[in-house]
Amino acid sequence: MLLTSIKVLMQHGTQYIRHLDRVKLCDEFRGRPVLRSAGLTAAAGAELCGLCPTGAISFGPGLTLDMGKCLFCGECAVRFPEQVRFTNEYRLASPTREGLVVTEGQAAGEWNFDYSAVRPEIGRMFRRSLHLREVSAGGDNSCEMELGAAGNVNFDMGRYGIEFTASPRHADGVVVTGPVTANMARELESTWQAVPEPKVLIAVGVDAISGGLFADSPAVNREFFEVHKPDLYVPGNPAHPMTFITGVRALIGCRTGVPAAAEDRETGE
Amino acid sequence: MMGNNTLDRWFSCRPAAGVGRVALAEVPQLPYPAFAADMRALLGSVSGGADFSESNRCVAYFAVPDAATGGLSFYALVARDAEGDVLVAGHALDYYHEGFLESLSRDIPVLHVFEREITELYGVHFDGQPWDKPLRYSYNRHHRDDSMDTYPFYTIDSRDLHEVHVGPVHAGIIEPGAFRFLCDGERIVHLEIALGYQHRGIESLIAGTSHRLRQAVLGESIAGDTVLGHGIAMAGILESGAPEGWRGCDVIRCERAVALEMERLAVHIGDTAALCMDMAYQTGHVACEALRTLVINAMQQWCGNRFGKGLVRPFGANYRLTLERAKHIESTLTEVIGRYRTVGRDLLSTPSVLARLEGICPVTRGQALRVGAVGPSARMAGVRRDARCAFNFYPLEGFEPVVVDAEAERGNGDLLSRLKMRLREAEVSYAMIVAGCKELAGKWFEGYPAPDYSRALAGESLVFSLAEGWRGEICHAALTDGAGEVAAYKVYDPSLHNWTMLALSVRGAQISDFPVSNKSFNLSYCGHDL
Ligand code: SF4
Repeated sequence: MLLTSIKVLMQHGTQYIRHLDRVKLCDEFRGRPVLRSAGLTAAAGAELCGLCPTGAISFGPGLTLDMGKCLFCGECAVRFPEQVRFTNEYRLASPTREGLVVTEGQAAGEWNFDYSAVRPEIGRMFRRSLHLREVSAGGDNSCEMELGAAGNVNFDMGRYGIEFTASPRHADGVVVTGPVTANMARELESTWQAVPEPKVLIAVGVDAISGGLFADSPAVNREFFEVHKPDLYVPGNPAHPMTFITGVRALIGCRTGVPAAAEDRETGE
Repeated sequence: MMGNNTLDRWFSCRPAAGVGRVALAEVPQLPYPAFAADMRALLGSVSGGADFSESNRCVAYFAVPDAATGGLSFYALVARDAEGDVLVAGHALDYYHEGFLESLSRDIPVLHVFEREITELYGVHFDGQPWDKPLRYSYNRHHRDDSMDTYPFYTIDSRDLHEVHVGPVHAGIIEPGAFRFLCDGERIVHLEIALGYQHRGIESLIAGTSHRLRQAVLGESIAGDTVLGHGIAMAGILESGAPEGWRGCDVIRCERAVALEMERLAVHIGDTAALCMDMAYQTGHVACEALRTLVINAMQQWCGNRFGKGLVRPFGANYRLTLERAKHIESTLTEVIGRYRTVGRDLLSTPSVLARLEGICPVTRGQALRVGAVGPSARMAGVRRDARCAFNFYPLEGFEPVVVDAEAERGNGDLLSRLKMRLREAEVSYAMIVAGCKELAGKWFEGYPAPDYSRALAGESLVFSLAEGWRGEICHAALTDGAGEVAAYKVYDPSLHNWTMLALSVRGAQISDFPVSNKSFNLSYCGHDL
């Protein structure tokens, strides 16, 4: 009835996050790790590396953690709190695969997006509008749901002109989730071929980036990623909507993560 | 007619907290004709009609190669709600066996998925199997040259009917699967669903490692929208090595129950949003979307992940539901359920919404029993099936499953029942979460065990674990070796049975009804394909 509908709307209120650039996630969220090997013996180091279910951690010299392999299960930080700590920094995306490898030296927890590694035409072509086609190739539906959430009433990435589209013919790029199962390999390739040039390729979630838990599975066929190199890697298990949004905005040339004055007006601020 | 007393030869196991184990030596090995007769007595219809048992259901039936003889060993698990037990038996197939086993699927349609899987993996044909098609094109299938491209779709050579094929890549952000409709104009005559695109070989990966943490995170990845359901089912298996199953810590068991209900609540609200979206009811869509966000953010505040990944670990946990977190969850969810109730009232009092749902895409109770539906898909059609009743790992006082009753509610099995189901189950989940939080508050001084990844499983056993995920009953089963490591692992997601419900629901409906019905079931692709 009308009155109930009005009540629903009143309770709903304003849901969109006004300043996406100032979002802070709760402390429990596991984002960019900070590493410290001081005082770690070789034996303890081997134990630390061995406990990781995907072999994301390596030791010697110094600790490194590959976010492209990490499931953010948090076990390493629980068992070795002196060595690994997860910050709530959700800005993790990188245009290069190497950019996902966290080393000890890096300024603690800071995002180091390498803008120079992005093809210049991406910013030129897609800065104001980027339409993406999503292909789930063995994804477990958590990354897929988070990508859906990136466009929902809360995160509303549509405000930046970033949207998902139903047809590859209408798309400027493809977002892949999942380790690419052998049964989906051909479909993924044909979706990619159906997108007109110029186009971008984005790998979302640990499964897509490195195969994750399924890297060695005989049911997986990662030839697609041997032939096509992603323009953006968005780590996470699943990738948080904010990780995706900040990553894609950086990819299309929003430099600092703080909106320029012109964009301020566009968002109605 | 087979007397019930022949079932004495089956091993009856009373699962503790949903987990049961049987020493391999104790699994009765029956000759196939006796096995078949017992299965008919347990699961078949008495009169040959639609009166399949509500209480009994086959939760697992699989075969593994027997290294010693070169043949196959079969295991079947039949859960009985009425007796509160699970019956276990097996049969063996000799390598030199001539002729084929008689298929049971014609009399017990529920078994078709199990028989198809066995045929796909080992090339064992069942005589008279009515729907002898590959189930998921797993990488270790018997006929390697068969591929997804050659899936034998059902076709009709007719000038009046036409075919519509959708998928495997769909127009939204969803998982892949192929749907083929046989249509008479806009009216759907038959829908066939071909799955397997998501097959990642997860069962082999679980059996292929002894790294407990790796097994636990693989369990969480079976279906990323059912992290807790599958995570809890798997934890039951990993904890089976403890004497009498692991019942050591009430705090952990209660926390798992709270988490499982939070997952159910979040998904039901999210599904209401999706349903509203597909019938173009914007208000309900955005309102529910925002509510789901609140629930999963509360989950994130508990364990750092919006889907609960990292929460369930064997023998303990890393993220305690502290008083403060519990309070936050309680107050958030109280707000959420209040607003969700208003949305529900709004939906059920809006004529245009009701017109889109009432009597559309119905499935009858008889059909649900016939195809072995579980979870909300069964309960919305009036079938009382809920693993929380008989095998709940943390029984909360007076739990009663929600069942949509045909007489009291003037009809069931249609889209409207599926919506009502969600609205009412959300209430039950909310009550269980609040009760669980209260219970935990009284235990805050109790010790909190850390996960233990070093313990072996029950050795030389058949171990199984049942949990009621939000889609329905989840069953995991494992065969273990002498060292207590997993030798074979089987996962049964409720979707395995419920996909047939979706196909039946759209018979006679319009093609445009399909997306709405699909959302109303919201079944898992990866959970089916593994
Ligand atoms: S959080 Fe990442 S690095 Fe640490 S154990 Fe888990 S997967 Fe490995």
